[in-house]
Amino acid sequence: MSLLQVQDLRVSFSTRRGVVEAVRGISFDLPAGRTLAVVGESGSGKSVTAYAVTGLLDRAGRIAGGKILFKGRDITHARESELRALRGAAISMVFQNPRAALNPIRSIGRQVMDALSAHNSLTGREKREKALDLLRAVLIRDPERRFDAYPHELSGGMCQRVMIAMAMACEPALLIADEPTTGLDVTTQKTVMDLLAKLVAERDMAMILITHDLGLAAQYCENVAVMQEGVLVEQAPAAQLFQRPQHPYTQRLVAASPTPRSTVQELVGEPPAPPIIRPAPAPGAAPLLEVHRLTKLYDGFKAVDDVSFTLRAGESLGLVGESGSGKSTISRMVCRLIDHSGGSVVFDGHDIGDVKARDFHASRFRREIQLVFQDPHESLNPRFTAFDAIARPVTRLLGITDSRELTGRVEEAAERCGLPRNLLGRFPHQLSGGQKARVGIARAIAVGPRLLVLDEPTAALDVSVQAVVLKLLDDLRRQDGLAFLFVSHDLNVVRMMCERTIVLRQGQVVEQGDSAAIFAAPSDAYTRELLTAIPHFDPVAA
Amino acid sequence: MRALKSIGLRVGRRLAASVPALLGVVVFTFVLMRVLPGDPAVFFASGPNAGQAEIQMIREQMGLDRPVHEQLIRYFAEIGRGQLGRSMTTGQAVVADLRERLPASLELTLAALVLALGFAIPLGILAALRPNSALDHVVRFVCSMGVCVPTFVSGLLLIYVFYVVLGISPDPTGRIDIFAASPPDITGFLLIDFAITGDWAGWYAAAGQLLLPACTMALFVLAPLARMTRASMLAVLGSDFIRTARSIGLSHWKVIVVHGLRNALLPVITITGIVFSTMLGANVLVEKVFSWPGVGSYALDALLGSDYAPVQGFVLMMALAFVVVNLLIDVLYGIADPRVNVE
Repeated sequence: MSLLQVQDLRVSFSTRRGVVEAVRGISFDLPAGRTLAVVGESGSGKSVTAYAVTGLLDRAGRIAGGKILFKGRDITHARESELRALRGAAISMVFQNPRAALNPIRSIGRQVMDALSAHNSLTGREKREKALDLLRAVLIRDPERRFDAYPHELSGGMCQRVMIAMAMACEPALLIADEPTTGLDVTTQKTVMDLLAKLVAERDMAMILITHDLGLAAQYCENVAVMQEGVLVEQAPAAQLFQRPQHPYTQRLVAASPTPRSTVQELVGEPPAPPIIRPAPAPGAAPLLEVHRLTKLYDGFKAVDDVSFTLRAGESLGLVGESGSGKSTISRMVCRLIDHSGGSVVFDGHDIGDVKARDFHASRFRREIQLVFQDPHESLNPRFTAFDAIARPVTRLLGITDSRELTGRVEEAAERCGLPRNLLGRFPHQLSGGQKARVGIARAIAVGPRLLVLDEPTAALDVSVQAVVLKLLDDLRRQDGLAFLFVSHDLNVVRMMCERTIVLRQGQVVEQGDSAAIFAAPSDAYTRELLTAIPHFDPVAA
Repeated sequence: MRALKSIGLRVGRRLAASVPALLGVVVFTFVLMRVLPGDPAVFFASGPNAGQAEIQMIREQMGLDRPVHEQLIRYFAEIGRGQLGRSMTTGQAVVADLRERLPASLELTLAALVLALGFAIPLGILAALRPNSALDHVVRFVCSMGVCVPTFVSGLLLIYVFYVVLGISPDPTGRIDIFAASPPDITGFLLIDFAITGDWAGWYAAAGQLLLPACTMALFVLAPLARMTRASMLAVLGSDFIRTARSIGLSHWKVIVVHGLRNALLPVITITGIVFSTMLGANVLVEKVFSWPGVGSYALDALLGSDYAPVQGFVLMMALAFVVVNLLIDVLYGIADPRVNVE
């Protein structure tokens, strides 16, 4: 008998614009002890499905139809008290963004004890002992000492382990993990997922893994269900699904996911582009950017420690590393958004490090070095229309105030970024994630820079949108001969986008060289560790 | 131990940082009093037909004939000795006057604050649990009424209803019935003094006197407290860790109280500090309506009478109270929120 059966489930939300159906009739079975991945892009209804199963839908959401059977019992419209008895004891959840998912002013030990005492009556000492056992089980070192720590004192990966300990506390039969590793580094992701998989297997639990990462789904689950706009379009064993995707959406999703061999063109289904051939630089000519022994201190802590590299005109260089590796700090120093503590930044033969970061806006090099930010949602002023956002740097840096000329320039930049003219009057909240990313890129290229610094430009985007944006960036680089400094934690993306790559760890360069060479045969152990930690489904191999 | 040390350090740093502000307050009020129209010497001369010579003599007595900066230096010297000058109206030292009257104001303010918190927090929580329900609207209405009706109107209204019409409240003048014996002056807080001496009949009488003015005051500050509680409770209830608490199967009340309320009270602590300081000064109308012998009415009388020393003393005391209250709030916040100690 199935542990969990979902039959023709419909979930709707009442919003200001009327009732919206987030889940439109999905069905699946999950036998006890098995693992199922639910994959899909944002808005596909995958998380809503999970919340419907556990009865944690927020006030606006409600189950509009269908059935949810848990161990054969219909829990679709179970009373809150019945659901409460199930939650934690029979079905538990692990959430994304672990630090926010834990109570910030309650020690982690107490929170684990809360989970224990929700369904058991234990004495104080028993609770403490069991909580310590659980913390040990999720591989938290020195749990006695960590018992009284608060979430902000632990790393994201540690917090997620605590969350897992809480979910495991009452030995439920089903664990639902909702994007459990989003926001964690790849190596942390691997340890957390390995731990989760091990505990689930050991305790003979069933797991539903909700994720946007096809590699993660393939590596940790037996079956995969693909959701698109509230509908389950395809369901199959993992290997089969990725090797022979049947539904066009699955095919598109699989194609758009970066793999160790893909190219930017392949992601969007285009023939491969020829390699960029640049005229050999004149002998003795200075490179476009020369970073020499760059150092950044924060209160005596070396965030960036003696980093040197060069970038020729039209070249693209990737900076990869985990959080705390200093990659974003380097990019900000190169853009002159923050001052460095030591070393030099030479752009086109001029030491731009001499200009203070706060005065750099007036430098003639400001227009030459432009930035594309990480989060397209946060980095646009909510009170500026797309047009204003693109026009602002044009008026400030190029001094163009004539409205005809300005409009022409903005529209040209927008068009090159694939942003339709009729969207220019819209505000950020009226644009999709991909459109906002395009505004961010158009804003950067509108002033005709020679160096574009991209700080995780696609980290907040869905894979299919990411594919299109990466292709756009690659095209722009080919057409304009732009140089890229590309910062990312995603090694596959960097490999596709960059000719050369620098691997950073704790502010220091671990390895640098030709991208293809580094990825084919990493010479440093840390690079190898990073590469093996990337989950992949590998549709070509097998 | 580490936490204690960190709190001590923060207290020390805050106190040191408040010294310039206090100095500024002293100088500012001093100068302000001097530039305001009105000559205290004329005011305090024996009668309207006092001669020029008599006024000049009083002026010299008060030191008003010296240049302002010299007066200021003398005033600072006096503060250094722990004195704040002498009130011309009461004839007593300002320090003694304030010491006598401050407990009355503090007792009223604290009672009002306790009352206000006692109503505001539950109301705020209820409103947050059922946003946009009838209850939420009722709470909003009560709060709006509380703020927009001036305290002297609501005070008089309460007197009319509970004293004049219903007759259940005692004569609304002063802290204690004029014919009753006052307790020995131990702390100056009547409720505490009566409790210490074990005079419970006296205690009830004093509490009865306190109730109406405290209610008036509480009504006035109900709004910021209740609205803040509601807003922060709503924000907390929508946060990820509440979802986590529900997902592990905790009971409804435990989710609300242990995980919701404790987090939601953090911003309320800050607001409470601000509200308390405001009340201490804004009491004056209530003190006037209920003939409450507090510092607010004392300072107002002095101001109207061009009596410099009590006004200056009052402002300095209020500034000090502000510093102390803020410090207290800071320490409380540091205990309630472990994240504060990080910096």
